[in-house]
Amino acid sequence: MPETVSPTNGSNGSGPRIGVYVCHCGTNIAGTVDVKAVAEYAATLPGVAVARDYKYMCSDPGQALIQQDIREHALARVVVASCSPLLHEKTFRKALERVGLNPFMLQMVNIREHDSWVHLDGKAATEKAKDLVRAAVRRVVLHKSLQKRRVPINPNVLIVGGGIAGIHAALTLADAGKHVYMVEREPTIGGHMAKFDKTFPTLDCAACILTPKMTSVGSNPNITLWTYSEVTGVSGYVGNYRIQIKRKPRYIIEELCLGCQECVTACVYKDGKTPDEFNLGLSKRKPVYLPFPQAVPQKVVIDPEVCIEFKSHKCKKTCVEACGDRKAIDFNQKEQIEEIDVGTIILATGFKSFDPLRNPYYGYGRFPNVYTSLEVERLINAAGPTGGEIVLRDGKKPTSVGIIHCVGSRDANTNRWCSKVCCMYSLKLAHLMKERTGAEVFNFYIDMRTPGKGYEEFYDRLLDEGVHFVRGRVAEVTDWPAHPSEKGKLVIRAEDTLAAFVRRIPVDMVVLAVGLEPQPDAQAVRRMFNISCSSEGWFLERHPKLAPVSTFTEGVYIAGACQGPRDIPDSVAQAGAAAAEAMALIDSQFVELEPYTAFITEEECSGCKSCIPMCPYQAISFVPEKKKAAINEVLCKGCGTCVAACPSSSIQQNFFEDEEIFEEVEGLLAYA
Amino acid sequence: MKYAYYPGCSLRGTGKAYEESLLAVFQTLGIEVQEIDNWNCCGATTYLSVDELASYALAARNLALAEREGLDIIAPCAACYLVLNKTQHYIRDYPDIKTVVIRALKKIGLDYADRVRVRHPLDVFLNDVGAKAITAKVVKPLKGLKVAPYYGCQIVRPYATFDDQGNPTSMDKLLAACGATVVPYPLKTRCCGGSQKGTLPEIGLDLIRFLIEEARRNGADTIATVCPLCQFNLECFQAEAAESTAPSMPILYFTQLMALALGASPGAVAFRRSLVKVEPVLAAKEIAYA
Amino acid sequence: MGLDRTLKYEADRDPEFASWISHTVGGERIRHCLQCGLCSASCPLSQYMDYTPRRLMHLSREGFKQEALGSYTIWLCTACYRCMVECPKKINLTHLMYALKERAIKERVYPKRFPIPVMARQFCAMIRGSGRITESWLMVRVFLRTAIWRMFGMRSLGWKLFRTGRLNIKPDKIERNDELTTILHSVAATRKELAI
Repeated sequence: MPETVSPTNGSNGSGPRIGVYVCHCGTNIAGTVDVKAVAEYAATLPGVAVARDYKYMCSDPGQALIQQDIREHALARVVVASCSPLLHEKTFRKALERVGLNPFMLQMVNIREHDSWVHLDGKAATEKAKDLVRAAVRRVVLHKSLQKRRVPINPNVLIVGGGIAGIHAALTLADAGKHVYMVEREPTIGGHMAKFDKTFPTLDCAACILTPKMTSVGSNPNITLWTYSEVTGVSGYVGNYRIQIKRKPRYIIEELCLGCQECVTACVYKDGKTPDEFNLGLSKRKPVYLPFPQAVPQKVVIDPEVCIEFKSHKCKKTCVEACGDRKAIDFNQKEQIEEIDVGTIILATGFKSFDPLRNPYYGYGRFPNVYTSLEVERLINAAGPTGGEIVLRDGKKPTSVGIIHCVGSRDANTNRWCSKVCCMYSLKLAHLMKERTGAEVFNFYIDMRTPGKGYEEFYDRLLDEGVHFVRGRVAEVTDWPAHPSEKGKLVIRAEDTLAAFVRRIPVDMVVLAVGLEPQPDAQAVRRMFNISCSSEGWFLERHPKLAPVSTFTEGVYIAGACQGPRDIPDSVAQAGAAAAEAMALIDSQFVELEPYTAFITEEECSGCKSCIPMCPYQAISFVPEKKKAAINEVLCKGCGTCVAACPSSSIQQNFFEDEEIFEEVEGLLAYA
Repeated sequence: MKYAYYPGCSLRGTGKAYEESLLAVFQTLGIEVQEIDNWNCCGATTYLSVDELASYALAARNLALAEREGLDIIAPCAACYLVLNKTQHYIRDYPDIKTVVIRALKKIGLDYADRVRVRHPLDVFLNDVGAKAITAKVVKPLKGLKVAPYYGCQIVRPYATFDDQGNPTSMDKLLAACGATVVPYPLKTRCCGGSQKGTLPEIGLDLIRFLIEEARRNGADTIATVCPLCQFNLECFQAEAAESTAPSMPILYFTQLMALALGASPGAVAFRRSLVKVEPVLAAKEIAYA
Repeated sequence: MGLDRTLKYEADRDPEFASWISHTVGGERIRHCLQCGLCSASCPLSQYMDYTPRRLMHLSREGFKQEALGSYTIWLCTACYRCMVECPKKINLTHLMYALKERAIKERVYPKRFPIPVMARQFCAMIRGSGRITESWLMVRVFLRTAIWRMFGMRSLGWKLFRTGRLNIKPDKIERNDELTTILHSVAATRKELAI
């Protein structure tokens, strides 16, 4: 039964009547802080008409308590001493609103994260709680009625990144009738998945399941697809973002190109000389090229770094000739800047695979027959550089293959984390290699991580196929023989920990299961969109358990591997979730902005213009007729910089006015 | 440039050629060294196995003696270099060890304030003198001589202060500065077996064989070392380790090659100390050595 | 057939040993060992060891003292530091090998007439006595205590080294050797005082 403490402060005086509520939060607060004592103390403070403690203030009965008191005791101010405002400030504000009290007449006191959860000494913690409550009581008297502002939400969505996550989010939103702008840095969408041969555990052909979705994106009237483009500027706030996008010149007029590739055939380069990016350098391409046969959009690109026309301006331009009447080639095409307005943004920029040159002991780059997993995907793929035949860089066909797990992962020297997908894809590659070449395959692992649906069963399947599994982290790959059987081979040295001795295993081909890392420009990107990242560089979600797709910036969502290593099903699921949350925001049609904006008292403004350059959001402008500064409430984010900068203190911030803050400070210091 | 010189016990014994050539190189390059007065054995890897704290204190005596002169130490022997560096690190990182060492040193009238740096000749030659300055002083370029640079373990692990741990190149650069051709040598930091060969003969042989064969496979005429024990192992047991028809591989200290290139006297170049002669190779490459 | 019990009861564990190795200098992270085996794979001597370094770490942290101290592993370690530099959990293996060696010598747990611990003790005795090592005399002292006939086998090498001036007959000595004695006494005293 909640206790009521009758006011003993003789306050039935002129000030607003204050209700103070101290929450137990189960034992989270009450375990350290003597909540009853705090409530009793609160009752002695001037202006407090009612002071209670209760087990769970945020619960329905807890809120009902406050509402009842507001009605019965004509409360004009409420102080709730409980958890962090991030958690329940909204809850209590709504409670006040429902009984007709302005929601900003509430002051929350954090006696959990700032008190009971960080102190062990109960007596000292209780005294601290009392100090904090006292400060809040003094402050709340000065609170003013404020109104939240509503701004409309632009229904358009920007999706950055055209991998499987971006594609799925785009299709979901487009199907819901929203207009999507998809910006992809490469000349084609598809991301990493387009490079895979098969996907685990079903061994579905990656291209077969991806390309229909890619085509849908290309042909959906609700999706504006801008490939070979990058976002260069972001401004605005939730519901109202203005995005600047740089469209790199393909030197092809997209609307006119049919993707027939006659220009590629006709190019003066008889053979390709430039390492092909899609095939990870395992084959060569010409200066004019189609990234891969199923590229979307199905348009060629010209690489100005190697095209003769750009270097010497004297090329025969057989490509133009071959294009004929279509006239799709334009060597004078320039970079274009687009500006669009969107309401929400989804970042799906994906990952980068670990560069094995950082692990010199594995011999990548030194020995021609050491490959990364992604390179092997291209070798195995029928549309790859060797037409699906496993032929090594030196022309050999491997009779034995070693697959090394955890390259660059689970290692304090490179990346501490587990990259989640490598065990599964190593099993997949083991299966495919064995099927394709009949070679002896060895997988060198530390733990076999197969947590997904059908994953452990896939491992069972591999165990049946005669692949050798050696549990031991590989120290080095060498080419010097210690035994006659090792001549001419690459030797993998690892301890077979299950047998407890060291083994040297000679193989023809070494596959490095490289881990996943944040993209190299992840920091630049996240700063542009104003979101946080974790200490490793992955984009940060709002809450690791309960809010995995939203960020701390309203209106910006993340999906897929840019948030952390994950497989395709999880990326797709997350993309759908991000699309749904974006939709929820758009369909609510308005977003309510907190009224914590700054305002200028015109009479006191001297027109010195000190505040204008200070504003990070360019929300302040100078009104020449009045010779005073004016703040655009819509752009103001309430950071408080101008408030502090103004030399004549003529700028104040709602909810954080000087008097309110001073009163709170005085309240704290009044312990003496 | 003046430094405190800590030769270590081996340089007076099996590693004599190292000291003789090293001092000649110092002289030619204008590096002044002052041997630490009455230095004691650093304990190498062995004292640490018997009594860790005593080992730090004994090694620290040498650090304190150099600090008293206000000079940084040059320690050519790889084991000495490592032990002195390690002692410094552990004194810094573990307060208990620091207490033990400082007290022991005080009892013999010495202080230690972590002001002295322990350097290796490779570091001093490359970073304090510079490859260009060395090339300028070369009178007998080692043109055509193919050298495999063997660093061994202890100057690159665990403290990689002046060179890369996985693929060090300081010796490569110095040898190239003297005109030699440095061959790729992937085993450049692999252990030679250390003192195990002396105590457990069967074991050391395999390790030695790989090192020599790999150098030969990459076309080396000779292997350049920085550690007296590596030099001893590779030279003295190669016949036992190798297959009977394999030609011999001269094993030299890098300072011997540098001394030769810089025009030092035959006595200083100290080829007479080698058991596997390098003169035939030099003659074949028309590099004068006498 | 002579079958021995290989099953281990909890009574076969030595909790003091397990606790000691987790708290000794260098053992701070031993509980993080994932048993990945990279240390064994990179160790040039692991091919001769009875227990690989990885296995030794696990035996030690679980408190199987006899197996750990009586193994050949700790004596075969040349302290090349590869294991430590490559360990993905940054465990100071080399230092733990030293710690185990030190403890094995203290408790006199090692194979009989095994040359390495003998060498270690002779090495230290020589330093205490003269302040520096004279290689020739060190080898003589070790051979005398282990396998005299080995000396005979090394005679050819010995002669070659003598001829090239690399074998010193005269033992090297420092002046003021008493300083070393003072240091050692002080170390022993401080060790006792700090109980380390």
